[in-house]
Amino acid sequence: MLTKRIIPCLDIKDGRTVKGVNFVELRDAGDPVELAGIYAQEGADELVFLDISATEEKRKTLAELVLRVAEKVNIPFTVGGGISSIEDVDMLLKCGADKISINSSAVKDPQLINDLVAKFGSQCIVVAIDAKQVDGRWKVHLVGGKVPTELDLFEWAKEVEQRGAGEILFTSMDHDGTKNGFANKALTKLSSLVNIPIIASGGAGTKQHFIDTFINGKADAALAASVFHFKEMEIRDLKEELKKNKIPVRL
Amino acid sequence: MKIVIIDYGAGNIQSIQFAVQRLGYQSVLSSDPEEIKSADKVIFPGVGEASSAMSKLRATDIDSLIPELKQPVLGICLGMQLMCNSSEEGNTKGLGIFDVNVLKFNSGMKVPQIGWNQIYDLKSQLFDGVGDNEYMYLVHSFYAPLCKETIAKTDYGVVYSSALQKDNFYGVQFHPEKSSDAGAQILKDFLALS
Repeated sequence: MLTKRIIPCLDIKDGRTVKGVNFVELRDAGDPVELAGIYAQEGADELVFLDISATEEKRKTLAELVLRVAEKVNIPFTVGGGISSIEDVDMLLKCGADKISINSSAVKDPQLINDLVAKFGSQCIVVAIDAKQVDGRWKVHLVGGKVPTELDLFEWAKEVEQRGAGEILFTSMDHDGTKNGFANKALTKLSSLVNIPIIASGGAGTKQHFIDTFINGKADAALAASVFHFKEMEIRDLKEELKKNKIPVRL
Repeated sequence: MKIVIIDYGAGNIQSIQFAVQRLGYQSVLSSDPEEIKSADKVIFPGVGEASSAMSKLRATDIDSLIPELKQPVLGICLGMQLMCNSSEEGNTKGLGIFDVNVLKFNSGMKVPQIGWNQIYDLKSQLFDGVGDNEYMYLVHSFYAPLCKETIAKTDYGVVYSSALQKDNFYGVQFHPEKSSDAGAQILKDFLALS
């Protein structure tokens, strides 16, 4: 049976992890490769690296990092953050990334999704969507949720599926950072509208939140950052708890 | 041991090279028929779309070379699918090594299947030291149905072949290079074949 996936997300700036992490066993707390290795050992099903650096050197630094991760880590990983061209995607996949996520660049130029899918296949193209509720409607936001658009979350999700995306990473800006649980109502609606896997993101605080998003939110995978980085929960304990609740997980 | 990964511009070859390296071996990428023929083990990767991948193979005559190989050959993901008779993806004629036609998932489940699923009814040296129901990482929209060459099964709404074998030809739908320690064991078993 296909299992539900647990995905730690690492924010990267200039080749280093950004948010503070609370791992005493790390020799270098800022080294994404070392942290990724620990998560893989603890039973993470996948990893997401989100590059938030905005320097001239960004491309080269990210490519080097991806190569180092691929060398050491034996689980799949996705790379995202400011990716906007076929050349960028080609380079990152060649360095060993399994999937690429695009966000603002897809909103600005939806044809990019088709072009990437035609060249690299649906299986490695993830479209990340950040959205929050404005006057009761879910609106897509850009630049890490700062810039609102007129796009409706559900319409956009249908469009990205139609254009060939293999997966949707949905972050609720209303829930992100709150630790009050995932946006399960919106997630359920997404799952009923599209037939590609949905990764839930934003709001993870407790193990119960993960249980809820898999059962009520019908999510295929759940992504979180700080609860793992600050060791508020261990991935293995979380998966044990999911298993007790009859949610299929890889243990 | 000489390990050659067939290079025809298909996807995530770097990860396979690193996985082989983690087992203590080096591999070479090649599209040169003589180099491929001289290998002790051949890995046939593949990520992407079937018909365009077959066109690339035909352009370099690797399509006629692969079925002639005598050493152990491992097709991974799309590589495995191209070793079958045909694929529904782009109505593609395959290499015809495995006597089965690749179909699109149509069982009401989400497509592509992305994630970790179990392999069972394991019937090959390829799975020495790998437990029944072990989890492997899979990403695919098309599948090979059960057939006489099935050596591992997986259930995704339909029970299908997650691995195939005929003589010296092996194919796996999952990505051993991305399937943690159990995946590494399968690669190790492949490299230990004689």
